[in-house]
Amino acid sequence: MKTYDIVIVGGGPAGLAAAVAAKEAGNDSILILERDHELGGILNQCIHNGFGLHTFKEELTGPEYAYRFIKQVLDLGIEYKLNTMVMDIAADKTVTAMNREDGMFQIPAKAVILAMGCRERPRGALNIPGYRPAGIFSAGTAQRLVNIEGYMPGREVVILGSGDIGLIMARRMTLEGAKVKVVAELLPYSGGLKRNIVQCLDDYGIPLKLSHTVVDIEGKEHVTAVTIAEVGPDRKPIPGTEERYTCDTLLLSCGLIPENELSRSAGVTMNPVTSGPIVNESLETNIPGVFACGNVLHVHDLVDYVSEEAKRAGQNAVKYIADGCKDEKGSDVIELFATEGARYTVPSTINKSRMDDLLTVRFRVGDVYKNSFVSVYFDDERVMHNEKRILAPGEMEQIILQKKKLDEYPNLKKITVKIEKE
Amino acid sequence: METRELTCIGCPMGCLLTVTLGNGEVTEVKGNTCAKGDIYARKEVVNPTRIVTSTVKIEGGDKERVSVKTANDIPKNKIFEVMKDIDAACVKAPVHIGDVLVKDVAGCGVDVIATRNVEAV
Repeated sequence: MKTYDIVIVGGGPAGLAAAVAAKEAGNDSILILERDHELGGILNQCIHNGFGLHTFKEELTGPEYAYRFIKQVLDLGIEYKLNTMVMDIAADKTVTAMNREDGMFQIPAKAVILAMGCRERPRGALNIPGYRPAGIFSAGTAQRLVNIEGYMPGREVVILGSGDIGLIMARRMTLEGAKVKVVAELLPYSGGLKRNIVQCLDDYGIPLKLSHTVVDIEGKEHVTAVTIAEVGPDRKPIPGTEERYTCDTLLLSCGLIPENELSRSAGVTMNPVTSGPIVNESLETNIPGVFACGNVLHVHDLVDYVSEEAKRAGQNAVKYIADGCKDEKGSDVIELFATEGARYTVPSTINKSRMDDLLTVRFRVGDVYKNSFVSVYFDDERVMHNEKRILAPGEMEQIILQKKKLDEYPNLKKITVKIEKE
Repeated sequence: METRELTCIGCPMGCLLTVTLGNGEVTEVKGNTCAKGDIYARKEVVNPTRIVTSTVKIEGGDKERVSVKTANDIPKNKIFEVMKDIDAACVKAPVHIGDVLVKDVAGCGVDVIATRNVEAV
């Protein structure tokens, strides 16, 4: 089997952008491994528009955005294998994969970029009572059926969860002639973009019931009805608030989970908050030469940010190889902490000697905050205090750290990000 | 005088906007906390438009459906007429991004174009 310097696991938006950046940074020995029969990942089924405003300054649909990167991969002659499942990544960066043409094969890589994306939270993880009939789909599965395969999963639909995929599918099913009766959301706010609530629900008169959840599913062979109920502050159903909807389909849009089985078995240390790897300023995991980017690292809301992050992972992988594949984590590591409203940061640590002039630190908040401040502390001193009219869990936030500012604090050990009222 | 309520889509604030109309023209926008809300409300009340995205049946290609969009935004009240034309369409592979698949959809003066490549097999 041919050997490669860089093996990229996943040919979606993250893997494609990482590959292009690595090639442009001067490495010619790159292989993308993709389990689907085409490149592009989940973007291929996201046929709605709104992608690429940051990257291309225009609104593209998912397939168009993917193709911009696929074309670069093709034009640059970057190698890829489709219908190929990665079975294992060893701690020494040997990648074991298989497909129908090559059988099982192993590639001893110098660097591995994890770009496997994420998966939808399934019914089994939601503790919904009731029967287990046909007609219950994750929103993304329904999206694939409608947009790629050309099948309608049903005609009368209830949706649990108001994440963006659920909202997008409410509109999509409506446009194709289905009746979407209600969208129920467990939390007192929607995790979806305001634009999607207006243009996917309000435009079609679809009710959004906040603080509601599914308490019963009826139907032995196929879904016949779903009952939802209001939940209290403890998120437990309130007796007497049940409403029954006859329907043939229940779509679940209840969150995304980074897909890290391969990372875990490789020995990558995970962050329990993001369910993604813990990475340093170079997006490198605890295993030197193993990098992570995109939704496998933490779930993003904009693909533009995935592309930007993946580009850095690709460049850093090339730099790691060019520098002789050394473990350069060093001892002068600054740790990043998220607290008081901020849930996590990516990256988790910074090695100042490897840091670029500017470093983007991304994070999410745990609740809705109005007229608050994003504060950054260098040890105990507050160095940033940015006023925000609104912070919401559904929107990824970022701060930008300047290397020259960090240089003013030679003994800096700890950077803290928190949300403050004043 | 007529008033209408909208949710602003400019940012996650989602300000509840109250728009007052007189003789078909916007006389007042209330509830917005920034200029974006004012601009959005005036357009949304007088001339709401949307990009419609869907898929079209394709024959002889390496895929079952080809994804499409309206090349520009169309009046909001024409969405279902546009969908009817899109659903009735059937094209032959190959099709490439930007190819016009339905001309002047629902008489809106806007074409429906392909958003992905489908090669002939």
